[in-house]
Amino acid sequence: MQKSLFFDFAIRNVRLHWFRSLLAVIGIIIGVVAIVSMGILGNSLVLAISDSLSTVGDSVIITPHAGGMGGMGIGGSDDLLTERMIEQIRRAVAPDVTIPIYSGSARMTIGTEDTVGVVYGLDPDDIPILLEVEEGALLKGESGAMAGAKFAEDNELKVGSRITLKDKGSLRVVGILKERGMGFDINPDYGIVVDGNWYQKAYNQQDYDMAIVKVKDLSRIEQTKDAIEKQLNRRETEVDVIDTKAILETILTAFGQISTFTTAIGGISLIVAGVSILNIMMMSVTERIKEIGVLRSIGTQRKEVRSIFLYEALVLGVIGSVIGGVLSIFGGYAISILMLQTTEYLFVPSSLVYVFYGIAFGIGTSLLSGLYPAWKASNLNPIEALRHE
Amino acid sequence: MSTSPGEEAIIRFRDVTKIYPLPGGDVVALDNVSLSILPGDFIAIMGPSGSGKSTLLNLMGCLDTPTSGTLFIKGRDVGSMTDEEQTSLRRDHIGFIFQQFNLIPLLTALENVQYPLILKTGDRTCTERCIEVLKSMDLQDHLFSHKPSELSGGQQQRVAIARSLVNDPEILLADEPTGNLDTKTGSSIMDLLKDLNERKGKTIIMVTHDPGVAKFAHRTIRIVDGKIS
Ligand SMILES: Nc1ncnc2c1ncn2[C@@H]1O[C@H](COP(=O)(O)OP(=O)(O)O)[C@@H](O)[C@H]1O
Ligand SMILES: [Mg+2]
Repeated sequence: MQKSLFFDFAIRNVRLHWFRSLLAVIGIIIGVVAIVSMGILGNSLVLAISDSLSTVGDSVIITPHAGGMGGMGIGGSDDLLTERMIEQIRRAVAPDVTIPIYSGSARMTIGTEDTVGVVYGLDPDDIPILLEVEEGALLKGESGAMAGAKFAEDNELKVGSRITLKDKGSLRVVGILKERGMGFDINPDYGIVVDGNWYQKAYNQQDYDMAIVKVKDLSRIEQTKDAIEKQLNRRETEVDVIDTKAILETILTAFGQISTFTTAIGGISLIVAGVSILNIMMMSVTERIKEIGVLRSIGTQRKEVRSIFLYEALVLGVIGSVIGGVLSIFGGYAISILMLQTTEYLFVPSSLVYVFYGIAFGIGTSLLSGLYPAWKASNLNPIEALRHE
Repeated sequence: MSTSPGEEAIIRFRDVTKIYPLPGGDVVALDNVSLSILPGDFIAIMGPSGSGKSTLLNLMGCLDTPTSGTLFIKGRDVGSMTDEEQTSLRRDHIGFIFQQFNLIPLLTALENVQYPLILKTGDRTCTERCIEVLKSMDLQDHLFSHKPSELSGGQQQRVAIARSLVNDPEILLADEPTGNLDTKTGSSIMDLLKDLNERKGKTIIMVTHDPGVAKFAHRTIRIVDGKIS
C-alpha cells in the first residue's frame, strides 16, 4: 500500500511536468522502435536468406582442382573428374551415395526463340535424390529432358514442349522441376536436366564436371570430407572438396553479425534516450530539492525518496517502451516491406521476440538512468535541502 | 522551570556544540549548550538573526547531530542513531511547523495531512482522522481538496499544523510559525498552539522574533552567538 503512495507521487510529477515527460517518452519510443525494427530486419534477413537457400547442408561437393572453376564450359577443360576418381570417391564415402554430374551451358532453341541455359547431365536414377518434380514425370530414356522451374516459366515450357540444342539434337520436356532456390551444388532452376549418357555422347565428354555426395548422418560430414581428401589428394591435390554445411554456417554467421550490428545501432539511440531521462530526472531533483527536504524532515526515509524517483523513471520507461514496442511492429512491417518486399518473416517468434527485448531494454535503460538522480535525491542533507530556495 | 529529579526530560542537551566547517573558517553555530525540556513545556527561543536558533531547533528535530556533546530525545542518544532511526523518530514523535509552511505542492490539503499518517501506517484509507484534525484547525471543508498554491498563508499554516499533529507526536517544533503571517492570523495560529499545549499536553518549542508571540510560552530561552544567555 505504502508503495503506491510514492508511485502516486511519481505519476503526479510526470503529469505536472507533462511536456518534458513527453519528450523523454518520445526519446524512449524512438530508441525502442529503432532497436526492435533493426532486430526484426536483421532476423528477417537471416530467415529470408536461409529460406532461399535450397541446401540443408547435407552435401559434400567435389570439383576438379584447377582454380576451382574448371569444367564449367562444355568440353572446354581438361580438369574433370575421371571415372576412376568417381570410383575412389564411391569407395571412400560408402554407404552414402555419390552422384557424378555433367554440367555446362548451351544455346538452345525453343519454338522460334533462341536462349541460353544451364545443362546438367545426370543418371536418371540419381535425379530423385537431388530434385523434385513439379509437373509431368521423371526423366526416363535419353531423348527427354526436365526443365527447371524458372527456365520453364521464362520460356513458357510445358510438358511435351521441345527444346533444340544447337547441333546436338532435339529433346522433349517430360517434366518440370520444382523450384529449388539458390544452391551451392547445382542450380537447375535456370536450366535443364538431361540424361547423363545423352550428355556424354552429345558433347563427347567422358569425365564428369563435379560430384555430389549426400551425407545421411550430418555429424559425419567432416569425416566424409576427410575420407575423400585422403583418397584423392594424398600425392597431389586433384580435387576440391567443400561441404555445404560449412558454407551455410559461414553465411548465417555473417548475417547474424550484421543483424547484431544493426541492433546495436538501435541500441545507441536507446542510450541517447536514457541520457535524456537522466537529464530530466536531474532537473526534477534539482527543482524539488526543497520539497525533498520537507519530505525528509517530516519522516520520509531515504529509500522512500529514492523510490519516488525510481518510480518516475519507471513510469516514463514503461510508457515509452510499451508504446515503442507497439509502434515497432509497424516499424518492422514498414522496413520489411521496404527492404524485403515481404512481411512473412515478421510474425514469427524469432522476429517478435525483439519486441520484448526492445521493451525490456527500454525499461532497463530508463531505470538505470533514474538510479543516479534517485540516489542523489535520497542523499540530500535534509537541512540544506530545506534551506534551499 | 528547572529539572526536578523526579521528572524525565523529553529533550536534553549536554554540552552540545555545533560547528559548520566552511572554507572561510568554521562557524560555531552552537557553543556548549546544555538545557533540558520537560514534557508539556512551551518554550520560545529568541535571539538575533544568525545566533543559532534554527540550529538548536534542527538538533531537537533530529535533522542534524551535534559536533560534540550529547543530545537525548525521549531518552535516546540522537548521535548514536542511524539515519533510518532518526527519520522514524521525526515521523512518529516530532511535528514540524515551518515559517514557509512547506506543504507538499503535489498534494491537496487533505493529502498533505494524510501523508505522514500513511508513511507511518501504510494505510491509505485513513481519511477520517485527517479530516477530524483538519477541522480542529478551523479550516473550512471546501478547502480540503485545494492544492497549497490555492490557499492563503494562514490556511496553509493550519494545514501544516494539522500535518504535524496527525501522527500524534509528543513534540512540536515551530521555526517562526507566524513569521510569514499578518498579526491577526498569527495570533489565531498562536491560540491553536497554546490550546495544543494546554489541552493535548504537547511539548512545544518555538523560535520567534516577536515578543508578543513569545508571551504565549511558559519560558523564553535567549540565545546570542550560539550561547544561551
Ligand atoms: N548548513 C549550514 N552550513 C553552514 N553554516 C550554517 C548552516 N546552518 C547555519 N549556519 C550558520 O550557523 C549560524 C547559525 O545559523 P541559524 O541557526 O540558522 O541562525 P538563526 O536561525 O538564529 O538565524 C549562522 O552563522 C549560519 O550562517
Ligand atoms: Mg532561523
